[in-house]
Amino acid sequence: MRRSMLFLPGNTPNILINGDALGADALIFDLEDAVSPDEKDAARVLVRSAIKALGYRGCEIIVRINGIDTPYWQDDLREMIPLRPSLIMPPKTSCAQDVRTVDEFIGRLEGELGFEAGTVRLIPLIETALGVENAYEIASASGRVAAIFLGGEDLTADLRCKRTREGAEIAYARSRMVVAARAAGVDVYDTPFTDVNDDEGLVLDAQTAKSFGFTGKAAISPRHVPGINEVFSPSMAEIDYAYEVLEAIRLAKEQGRGAVALRGKMIDAPIVARARQTIEAAEQLGLGGNRHEK
Amino acid sequence: MSSLVRKSAAGTMESSDVFVEIEPADGLEIEIESVVQQQFGQAIEQAVRDVLCGQGVTGARVRLTDRGALECVIRARVETAVRRGKESA
Repeated sequence: MRRSMLFLPGNTPNILINGDALGADALIFDLEDAVSPDEKDAARVLVRSAIKALGYRGCEIIVRINGIDTPYWQDDLREMIPLRPSLIMPPKTSCAQDVRTVDEFIGRLEGELGFEAGTVRLIPLIETALGVENAYEIASASGRVAAIFLGGEDLTADLRCKRTREGAEIAYARSRMVVAARAAGVDVYDTPFTDVNDDEGLVLDAQTAKSFGFTGKAAISPRHVPGINEVFSPSMAEIDYAYEVLEAIRLAKEQGRGAVALRGKMIDAPIVARARQTIEAAEQLGLGGNRHEK
Repeated sequence: MSSLVRKSAAGTMESSDVFVEIEPADGLEIEIESVVQQQFGQAIEQAVRDVLCGQGVTGARVRLTDRGALECVIRARVETAVRRGKESA
């Protein structure tokens, strides 16, 4: 289960080497913004060497490559695809063709390496106004797309507005991204909260993202990982309720009743679906003790 | 697998990193300055030799200033320095 995705600057050994000890479900090895142009070569070699040697067991590996409008992205992929990262994150994805360009190049590399086609998935980073407007097309551009990810900083620069703690300026983009992702059947991740020292703000921002329907959230600081994990994990009350829902359904079936009520409210198909999602998430996280769905 | 054509460097003096300087020479000459020289000097030198061999470099003068880098970091920085040293300026 991927709740938190932590950015690790690709050319900074003292952060890279501790990546798997920071509690994040996924690590984003950043070859883009965190690396200066004259160090792109060094970062590729360092990230490749670190992933090979350290393994980062227990964390999903994501690599943010440079944009397709730069001279770096193909070299990034040549160096990274042999490692079979779970996901490649192309930045500034603004249309379906951007996805297909990366998709085709990865496909060619997979073929050369003898990998099964589609082994490496994509999580396009959407951080332009055009990208938000094209979110559904991006999410459904290729079977390789596993999720889409909202980048709030670049987006607000493109929108010519200021990024705020409350995030009203990205509410439309958040909504649009979630709807697009769910319509395309992929996951969706929220932009990092950038004030590293504001723990309360981080939790509020993560709760807002969860309320919109995001699957999880990225972090630029390890300090934000526990807060994100907590917000995007089902609470014990939610898990208990989910088990009650399924038990009520089971009893109703046993007794041949069609309509089911729990705590005075009718249980319909969406409530059952949500209960199953909660239990699935709880089981993946080892929460919920030894209760079993009947 | 071409040989070095120029002097080059990679890495930094930051903690957990290593600064590698390399230049063309006859034969291999490796100089290591490290706080863990006593315990890991030999292992570091072996890692440097492995990378040079893998890159087909038989003539180089290499100087490492180690700030407590893991072996994977040392290997990466030496490889980057070699790659850069093979490019014409």
